[in-house]
Amino acid sequence: MQELIERHRQDAAEGKLAYESCRACDHHQAFVRGFCSRCGSEDLEWKTAAGGGRVAAHSVLHRAPTPDYREKVPYAIALVDLDEGMRVMGHAGLDLKPGERVSLSFAPHGERSLLRFDRSSREE
Amino acid sequence: MKQAWIAGVGDTPFGRLEGRDSLDLMSQAAAAALADGGFERGEIDGLLTGYSTAMPHLMLATLFAEHFGLSPRYCHAIQLGGATGCALVMLAKLLVESGQCRNVLVVAGENRLTNPGGRDSAIQTLAQVGHAEFEVPFGATIPGYYGLLASAYMGAYDISEEDLAEMAVLMRRNAGRHPGAQLRDPITVADVMASRPIASPLKLMDCCPISDGGVAVLVTADEGRAKGVRLAGAGQAHTHQHISAAPSLDAFGGATAAQQAFEQTGLSVSEVQVAGVYDSFTITVTILLEEIGFAARGQAAALARQGHFEPDGPLPLNTHGGLLSFGHSGVAGGMAHLVEVVRQMSGGAGERQIDRPLDVGFVHGDGGVLSSHVSLVLTRE
Repeated sequence: MQELIERHRQDAAEGKLAYESCRACDHHQAFVRGFCSRCGSEDLEWKTAAGGGRVAAHSVLHRAPTPDYREKVPYAIALVDLDEGMRVMGHAGLDLKPGERVSLSFAPHGERSLLRFDRSSREE
Repeated sequence: MKQAWIAGVGDTPFGRLEGRDSLDLMSQAAAAALADGGFERGEIDGLLTGYSTAMPHLMLATLFAEHFGLSPRYCHAIQLGGATGCALVMLAKLLVESGQCRNVLVVAGENRLTNPGGRDSAIQTLAQVGHAEFEVPFGATIPGYYGLLASAYMGAYDISEEDLAEMAVLMRRNAGRHPGAQLRDPITVADVMASRPIASPLKLMDCCPISDGGVAVLVTADEGRAKGVRLAGAGQAHTHQHISAAPSLDAFGGATAAQQAFEQTGLSVSEVQVAGVYDSFTITVTILLEEIGFAARGQAAALARQGHFEPDGPLPLNTHGGLLSFGHSGVAGGMAHLVEVVRQMSGGAGERQIDRPLDVGFVHGDGGVLSSHVSLVLTRE
């Protein structure tokens, strides 16, 4: 599991959002774990999300859990339904609303490169 | 099969209880429950506890048994977040019905507010119900997770922030009638709207406080020594741990758990006469009321405005003030709803007593981010 997490983080550092795609049942999962949570198959393909999605939920946080976030208040998090079908959490623009189209990027936070969503520049 | 009855309930006031640790609060509540039922320690053959964030221990149930002076033949703790209290009582029901135990003490308590490290420590600990790799690193908090689902749910069913505020106002009004409640000063919808933002769309008064407190419930097979209230039905549902992995943002498992509990009794949601529904946030109780079927989707606030959930309305709800105003001390917070429903059904609610027969009660707890659900149906017989 830790090996998969490290690989996922390395992809993030390169600006890529990795996910696992099951060759047996075509299930896509954002929480990597080395087996398919739907059918149990270990025949998974490591893929990179194309980058587009739609906001499912959004919240602006005014109270932070840890010192590193206290200096960033207010900041926003969102649940985004990626075009590949997975739902993921990421940082988000402050003024997004559910239903809006977004595209992903990564931004540094401490030693990590964290997923972020902003309003998509292209009309679709 | 034997039947499971409530023999006694006990609690401490909720709020700032300086100098009391988890074992103190659990002991006070347990002693009150035994006294309420007229039971001696030696009669308790089953002990179930939750966890305490203020006193993490590998074996909290055994620790408490030794401390309180019990030698149960069945004893362990359960961890299910806010659903723990209802899950403990459900297990007590099953243990009694199966004949494994005769008298099961369920007890919870912690000094979550005044524990060294206090609120900030609790907030950080609680945020860990999020995914360690894919949620927590984003600075997400429990109010943040609930803020997310509130944004989705309110958009889907055209619910306003003023609608949510109705639930906070109702709980505060109820808490004003309970001498043990933490927050008793009346508030208005405008007060809720003006309270400082925490995790949009949730503001401070949409969120429950953090409290010290303890609650205990005694479940028995002995109908003759019970309070006339039976644990008639119980059900659970667990669809996810993390909000990112929830299969739906409007069907979280609450209805599934409730339907199981109702099916066991032959009763339906429309027959419930008094309810205790988990209200960690205004959005929590709004979603649960609507998912379980106490209100149509998007209509809980309208019913609240009409007085539907008032003590003299068709469905008295959280008449002790709920987590939002009675207070939230972890596992005990989720058990306080049950204690209040039992008191109302058995005529023990004092000046808050609802002045009509209450034959069917319902209690629902949820843990995590609407992740784990336990429903209980109580009947007066």
